[in-house]
Amino acid sequence: MLPTRNDGMTTHLNLQNDFPILQRQINGKRLVYLDSTASSLKPQAVIDAVSAYYSQYSANIFRGIYTISEEATQAYEAARATVAGFIHASQVKEIIFVRNATEAMNLVAATWGRQTIRKNDEIITGVMEHHANIVPWQLLAQEKGAKLLFADLTTSAGEEQLYQLISSRTKLVAITHISNVLGIINPIARMVAEIKKRNPACSVLVDGAQSVPHQPVDVQSLGCDFLAFSGHKMLGPTGIGVLWGKYSLLESMPPYQTGGEMIRHVSLEKTTFQDPPHRFEAGTPHIAGAIGLAAAVEYLQSVGMDTVRNHEKELVRYAFAALGNIPGLQIYGPDDPETRAGVIAFTVDTIHPHDLAQILDRDNICIRSGSHCAMPLHTHLGVTATARASFYIYTTTEDIDELVAGIKKAGKILKG
Amino acid sequence: MDDLYRDNILDHYHHPRHFGTLPAPTVRFEDNNPFCGDVISMELGIKKNAQQEAYIDEIAFQGKGCAISLASASLLTEHVQGKTIREVAAFTPQEVLDLLSVPLTPTRMKCALLSLEVLHKTIAHASSHPLAEASRDAV
Repeated sequence: MLPTRNDGMTTHLNLQNDFPILQRQINGKRLVYLDSTASSLKPQAVIDAVSAYYSQYSANIFRGIYTISEEATQAYEAARATVAGFIHASQVKEIIFVRNATEAMNLVAATWGRQTIRKNDEIITGVMEHHANIVPWQLLAQEKGAKLLFADLTTSAGEEQLYQLISSRTKLVAITHISNVLGIINPIARMVAEIKKRNPACSVLVDGAQSVPHQPVDVQSLGCDFLAFSGHKMLGPTGIGVLWGKYSLLESMPPYQTGGEMIRHVSLEKTTFQDPPHRFEAGTPHIAGAIGLAAAVEYLQSVGMDTVRNHEKELVRYAFAALGNIPGLQIYGPDDPETRAGVIAFTVDTIHPHDLAQILDRDNICIRSGSHCAMPLHTHLGVTATARASFYIYTTTEDIDELVAGIKKAGKILKG
Repeated sequence: MDDLYRDNILDHYHHPRHFGTLPAPTVRFEDNNPFCGDVISMELGIKKNAQQEAYIDEIAFQGKGCAISLASASLLTEHVQGKTIREVAAFTPQEVLDLLSVPLTPTRMKCALLSLEVLHKTIAHASSHPLAEASRDAV
């Protein structure tokens, strides 16, 4: 039993030893990684799963009759089932493997979107969305002569404003579950119910890139039609992500990329396509990635997603208290740490986020600075750039202490 | 990386040279670094010297940005005042980095080179968008 630390935390996750990268020292100092919103660190179990594929059964899937090909196929499809279980999909075939959440949203825009959206239809997204949940809809709306509307969910008044935007022409609402800048957690289940009450024909796509890694997600409870998320943000490898969609929708969608694996029969004159999910997985997929993602899901399940959420909630509470003592530091997003996810965007008076991040780097403290792929949000907030610290299961209160010390040091160096 | 924020850089950051506006600029141009939102605008007062060459008589810049981008703008404007347009148009990114003479990662280089980009675009802008009467003869 590990000794409990006197830091006011009750969850006491001590998982750092599972993450080999945390053994690394740069200039004799440990890594203080506070950028999990950008990408997460990898546990040994995930690294081992990926290596095992490459070292023991790195064959292509579906085609071969020989043993290692069968092993690869089984592992790949088992990964699909593992992911389906993680988000409580009603069917395994509702899980499509893609490169990342961005590709998932592009896939929906290119297939369901092109097929469904007509001139003068309406699509709603939000001012605080990540570019991946804005740009595909912008281009789709332009292509089809449809209207793109923006809800402002940065304050509590925004929910009602979103509902006011729903009309008989609204075909899609594309919203984030958790903001990668403000840490706002949207009440998706309630929103979907209200949206569909007002327009039953409206579909809802949820950007789950920041929610699936950090809290329990159940697509049946959420009631949405599509969910997108990325493997690398949830302890998994880069280059693998998931689009979940209701099977009835996926069945009606035309292919995305075409070629091998997604076809049923090809002749010179015509081609027939597979059913979902394989219809949307052309070519050889990131087999190792899917296997690694399954290992990541299993690791997260062993920690428990409620525990993950509680751990981050406590870290946010701790961080709010610590950062609140720094004069000139402003945190963006909800004031109540209980309602926020483990991501905190902030500015410090007269210190540009770039310079702050640079000075923190001297002590191996990794934060992000810039617009975090949310330029419209920054324009809306009236800032050009923010600094961002984000937490995950391996983050400790010591990490936050280092951050605070680093910010104070930067202040001394830069304020002259 | 201790060199990055040494006194020279911080001095130019806190007390940037040529920061402000000109009373009667020949040309004005503004640009930004989309990665972080740093914005720099430049105004030039262009005159002809004894050899009838156009040169930068006055220069001013304004902007919002990180220490590197603003220090770089300050050093650059200090360096180019009095030089001919031809010389300044030929100024290379490496020469700007030499002015700063601090080690920069590829990401921070974008910060350092924003002012040069704006300066070059300002010069290019001058021939087609003169602000003052004098400019048509000057450029």
